[in-house]
This record gives sequence, structure tokens and C-alpha cells, in this order.
Amino acid sequence: MIDSKIPPGPIQEKWTQYKASCRLINPANRRKYRVIVVGTGLAGSSCAASLSELGFQVEVFTFHESPRRAHSVAAQGGINAAKDYKNDGDSIWRMFYDTVKGGDFRSREANVYRMAECSLALIDQAVAQGVPFAREYSGYLSNRSFGGVQVSRTFYARGQTGQQLLQGAYQALMRQSQIGNVRLHTRHEMMDLWVEEGKAKGIVARNLDTGEIKLHVADAVVLATGGYGKIYYLSTLAMNCNASAIWRAHKQGAFFAAPSWTQFHPTSLPQMGDYQSKLTLMSESLRNDGRIWVPIKSGDNRPPHEIPEEERDYYLERKYPSYGNLAPRDISSRAAKEQIDNGHGVGPMNNAVYLDFKDAINRDGKTAIEKRYGNLFYMYKKITGMDAFKEPMLISPSAHFSMGGLWVDYELMSNLEGLFVLGEANFADHGANRLGANSLLQACVDGYFISPHTIMNYLAGEKPIEDPKPELSHEIIDTNQKRLDNLLAIQGNKTAEEFHKELGKILYNKCGLIREKQTLLKAKTELKNLRDSFYKELLVPKGSSLNFELEKAARMEDYLELAQLIVEDALQREESCGAHFRAEHQTPDGEAKRNDNEFQFVSVWEILENGNHNLHKEHLDFESIKVSERSYK
Amino acid sequence: MKLTLHIWRQENQKSKGRFETYELSGLDPQMSVPEMLDFLNEKLIKDGKDPIAFESDCREGICGQCGFVINGHIQSPEKHATTCQTHLRSFNDGDELFLEPFRAAAFPIKKDLCIDRTALDRIIAKGGYIGVNTGQAPEANSILIGHYTAESAFDAAACIGCGACVAVCKNASAALFTGAKISHLAMLPQGKMEAKNRVKSMVAQMDQEGFGSCTFTGACQEVCPQSISVANIVTMNREFWKS
Repeated sequence: MIDSKIPPGPIQEKWTQYKASCRLINPANRRKYRVIVVGTGLAGSSCAASLSELGFQVEVFTFHESPRRAHSVAAQGGINAAKDYKNDGDSIWRMFYDTVKGGDFRSREANVYRMAECSLALIDQAVAQGVPFAREYSGYLSNRSFGGVQVSRTFYARGQTGQQLLQGAYQALMRQSQIGNVRLHTRHEMMDLWVEEGKAKGIVARNLDTGEIKLHVADAVVLATGGYGKIYYLSTLAMNCNASAIWRAHKQGAFFAAPSWTQFHPTSLPQMGDYQSKLTLMSESLRNDGRIWVPIKSGDNRPPHEIPEEERDYYLERKYPSYGNLAPRDISSRAAKEQIDNGHGVGPMNNAVYLDFKDAINRDGKTAIEKRYGNLFYMYKKITGMDAFKEPMLISPSAHFSMGGLWVDYELMSNLEGLFVLGEANFADHGANRLGANSLLQACVDGYFISPHTIMNYLAGEKPIEDPKPELSHEIIDTNQKRLDNLLAIQGNKTAEEFHKELGKILYNKCGLIREKQTLLKAKTELKNLRDSFYKELLVPKGSSLNFELEKAARMEDYLELAQLIVEDALQREESCGAHFRAEHQTPDGEAKRNDNEFQFVSVWEILENGNHNLHKEHLDFESIKVSERSYK
Repeated sequence: MKLTLHIWRQENQKSKGRFETYELSGLDPQMSVPEMLDFLNEKLIKDGKDPIAFESDCREGICGQCGFVINGHIQSPEKHATTCQTHLRSFNDGDELFLEPFRAAAFPIKKDLCIDRTALDRIIAKGGYIGVNTGQAPEANSILIGHYTAESAFDAAACIGCGACVAVCKNASAALFTGAKISHLAMLPQGKMEAKNRVKSMVAQMDQEGFGSCTFTGACQEVCPQSISVANIVTMNREFWKS
């Protein structure tokens, strides 16, 4: 049932072979085909622009007012590529290996190799678009280092790499919209997937300003709708990030893979109070120069400058001497949680650790540090009112990236034919833990270089679609209208936001950085109760046109269902791997303990008629590298 | 802490707006302004009233979505900050705040504090890009760009499209927004090829959208959350005359 369609041959030749043998459509016929792209972040914009350049008609949907607002803008630190401009021993192979190891040997080998392979062309593409990457005085591109690797392969544009890359993709998209192949539907939210004879043939979308719901048909549908870390409520994600598009597709039959693999970012700002709506991320690049520490004595409430050197525990440097402060995210986050849970937490709520630049400032001077991280320090000050040049930053782990997502094969196509899923919305490249600066890369590579070929290959076998009979489209529109009417009709006493906060607490405490069978079982009951009460107590103000509360409630309804699958997935996986840490499965020194004999597979969930789930397994075969214990000591 | 809020309420683009007053207590000085509105909206919803329509997404000052006017300050009373980067610690206990949407003919009001800024996208569509298709790019290091040029290009490219420059301008001019993009691309060798057409069509679109002319007061630079310099407007004008 699970066929990942990995091409035969040596790993270095798979993608070349695929491109050489995939089906093509001649330029005159391409304009007969229409593709819907949902989402205008890096993956969506780059895919839509690239398809339009090839001559396809593209319909683009985003719930934002402008495509440029997508959450790719918030990525700070950088994008990886195996250019080896530093002559420090980097190569496609090393990047591939680092990524597979970083993902704790739970990713699909062939996909990862392809991502590393395409990274070279991506930097070329971005530079040609005018992305202002950091440069040396000589005019050559500059690099820095990120977590989980020992080379410097990260390209960056100050602390705004995501914003700058998205500008490139957004501008390419706007250019195509001007030429006329791309039609933009802003302030439109996808509500459902239209499936005809097992193939994705369109979407149902709601105009958020007018409330109008319409069916839009196409020959293929691309979902590039990002991650769902916001399900934890407090996260580094934007307020409107949601799982609705992929969850609705899942409910129409698309398989969901590894839903519980969520990365917690180690360097976000800690929670300061109950009113808080999000946790801002501080770029991982800060760990190049910042040293992480806590007081050795638990409950030590002295201000940081009064704690002498010998009473500080630089715990990452102590535990992982070869990677130190640049240990991968899952490990760094767990280590921070361990310190906080054991009473070493600092800050007003004792829920943070220090990230200290004192030594770097003494070594390189304030000017050099300011040059490297000035805008991040400035941002830190704007948010917290504190000056990181004078006192260490307070940082804490926060829900961040979804390694899980809709299941896709090598062509980035779901089990539902004609449904392509790109970027963070899919699974596959990052395994159980994503390495820093690989997210922007995956989104770009999926959109610019992979999906244009695989979508054309699919369309070549399809006859261009005609508009569906009106009675068919009425039915699916009615179903979706009814769903919103039902939410509006509950008229209880709790807002969608209040439910979201409760949901977030359950997931943080019971299915967060550390999971355990007993607490997961408790979470299951609590989630069921929360969902029941949602249908009794939800309060959405009336109004079917512009109504932000109705948008939130519909997304919340999907989150409540997804949360149950997340817990189910975490329960089923009786091992620790990457970001999924089961307390029952750890080595004597507290590291994640994989169980390769029983769990060297990706959990792929199919939804059944009654809403229950059926588990399929995609076994992960490692033909090119040897599966080993993942150590950063 | 306590605040008295006077918030602009307007049902839709065609209806007439007015200020409505709300008294809030139990606020935390560390709350951001959007978080304060979340707090207020929860109360309004529970009282059976229509919540304030406002938009905010990233809440860390990078998506450009959230801006409105606070006591006459565009986005924020703080310098170079977005609305979401403004915290209640910027105000005193008991202060009165007037919140209203950005005012510009090219930014029609949708509801309450929400405005339509798609005019900015249409300016970009007219030439705010380098016309390179996927696959055409040469090896990245074959295009050398000096460190300082790259840094200056970044300074211009840092625009988040929030529209604060338009909102603060007495002429509602989009010169800083448009100038920043023209200047970012004109500085780079790969952007020079299309420079002439770019500036002509972007400037024409800016005029067509109903943005006013620039009289160079420099107010835009003062409120820009990314501190984008008015020198970019000079570059735009120079590029325009060259074309």
C-alpha cells in the first residue's frame, strides 16, 4: 500500500535519472492545464512561479492579504548549501549524511540526498534574483555554521534570511501574475479538497472578506501550507499558522505521516505571563558565539553577573564537548528542559537558561558581535526591554517545526493522486529532527526544482479537466457552509482562543519535549473531553462575512482532531528518536534510545470512515549509509 | 494597569466610522498591543458584542501585517517599531489611547483597524523583481558584489511592506516603499539590465494607485520599522531621470 516510488540506481544518480526519464508536455499544450497552489510561503510561491514560467495556468490561494506575509518571512538564521566555499571538507555527501544523522535515521534517504544535491542550484537561483546574502570584502559569498554540523555551509542575509528569500520568490510570483499565467486569490482559505475518482481535482475555498464559499477545479493541487507547531498555542509560529488545509486533505483520504514529530527550538524567548500569545525565536546562529549556562546551585536567584565562573554550568559544553553549544536542536532543547526541571532555571519565572555573549564580546569586541547579530540583539531589546550586550539573554525551548506532515512519495505526491505537498506541510526530508537552516532549503528546493518536474510528469498522463456539473459543486459547498453554520450555532461561553490555550497546555505537558505512556494516555482522555466541550461551549460572534473568530474556530476544530492523532502517534512509537523522546526509552546517560529492529519505519496514518485511524508503515531502507548510534559527544 | 481605549469602529468600506470607548483594567505592562486587543476582544465576545477587527500574524515585527495608529503615532510611539513590538510598558497607568487605522486613499479601510494594502503588491508586480526564470541562474560566486554594496542592498531590501511610510506621509506617498525596491535592485549588477523599464513602470503604477507625491519631509524614514533611508527615494528619482 505504501509505495514511495524511489527510482532505482545509485543514490547519486536517482534524481538525474528521474529527470531524464520523466514525462514532458510540449509548451503549446501546457497552457491547457491548470494547477492550484495553496500557500504563498517559500514553497508555494516558488512552485507557482516556476510552473507559470513553464507555461501552466496557476491559481494561487492564500489566507493572507498579500503573498509576502507568509510565515517563511520569520526564518532568521540561514539556508544550507553544500557549496564548500569554505574549503572545510563539505560535499553533497557530507550534507546528506549530516541531515540523515540529524534526523536520527528516520528520514527517507533518497529524498535527503536530492535536497543536498539541489542545494547548490538554489543558492545560484537566489543570488540571481537579487537576494542580498552576506558577502566578504572581496565580494564572494560568506558562510557561517549551524547546529549539528562541523562545517560552515549556511548562507545568510543578516537575521532575515527567510524574509529575503521569500522576497525573491514573491517577486517571481508577482512577475508571473503580471504576465498573466498566475491568478492570485488572496484572503481565501482552503476549506476542503475536491477529489474525483481518487484524484485531487480542486479545492473548496472561502473568501474571508465576503464569506463566499466556492469550488475551484484544477488538474492538480499543490498544498504548501506550512507547519502546525502553533497547535501548542505558545510557539514560534505566527498567529494564523494552521493545519486546516492538510487536515482537510487528510480527511479526504491523504495519509498523514509522523504527526507527533514536532521540533522544540532551544533558543526562543521564555514565557513571561499568562496573557502571552507567542514565543519569539532567537536565531540558532547566536549559538555560534553565545555560551549557554545555568547556575550550578539549584534555586540560585542571584543576577547573572554576581554568579562567579566556577558556579556556572555550561552544560552543553560539558555534555557534548565536540559540538558544544552547537549541539542539534532536539538535544539542546531537552538538555535545557532537564536543567529547568531540576531547579536551575533562571529569569522571572525560572523557566529559562542563559545565552551569554560576554566571552565573545571580550574576544572579538562589541563592534564585531554587533555586526554579526546586531539586529537580533535589537529585536531582543524591543521585545524584552533588556540589553544582551550587558546581560545574558534569557532563552527557553518552544514548539517550532513540524517534521511530520502529509505523506508524500519521491515525487512529493500524496497517496491521493494529483495532490502534491511541499515544504513543511509534507514529511520526509528531516526525519525525527530537522537541522537548522534546512527548512528554508527544503521549501525552496521542493518549489523551484522538484515539483515542477514531478507535477509535469503527472499532468502528462491526465486529460485537462472540465468544470464540474453544478449539482456536484453545490453539494460540497453546502457541506462546508453547514460546518461553519454549526460552529456559529453553538453559542456557548468560551472563545476559540481559550480552547486553543487549553489544548496547548495539554500538549506541552503531556506530549511535548518528553513523552511517557501514562501521561500520553491521560492526554488522550483530556483531549477527548476538550473536544466534547468544544461542541457545547464554543462561542463565535455572529456574522458570516469578515469574522476572524469564525476563522479561528474552524482552524481550532481541525487542531482538536489533529491533536488526538498526535498523541496516538506518540503512544504507538515505543522508542525515542530525535525530537520524539519517550522517557521509557533512554540510554543510561539520558540520551534518546532508538529501537531500529522494531521502529525503523515512518508511521503513516490513514483515516477511516468512522474517524478512527489505521497505521501503515513505510520501512526506511538505508542502502547508502550505515545506521549508527547518533552521538554528538 | 488600567487604560482607556478609544478605538475606531467601522463596519465596512462604505459605512461611516466612529470612535468607541473601552475601559480596560488588569492589564500587564509586558503585554504587546495586539495581546491587549486579544484581551479586550475576549470580553467583547463574551458580552455578545462585535470584537475589534484587527490583523496581526508573526507578532515579532517581520510580517508587516499589524500596523495601525496609536495616539497619532504610526504603528507605535516607540521609534522604528511595529505595533506588535509595542508593549504596554510604553504607556503609563491610566493613559488614554486612540487607536485608528492607517489613513490613505490607496489603503481602503476594510473593517475597524483592517486596511487593504494590495496596492503595494501591484507596484511590485510592475517590475519589482529581477526577471530570472527558475534554472537560468549562473554559479552564485560568478556574480561578485562588494561587501558594502551587498550591505546597502540589504538595507533597502529590508522593507516589510507594512505601509507605515504611506500612513505617516502628509501626501500618502509610497515613495519610500517603491524607492527601496528600485534601489535594492539597481544597486546589484544582476538588477541593472532591467533598471530603466523597472523604474518607469513602478512609478507609473504608484501614481495610478492614488499615492501622493513625495515632498521629501523625511517623515517616512522616522517611522519605518526597518529604518529604511530616504536616500532610496533619491536613488529612485535618479534612476527615473536616467530612464
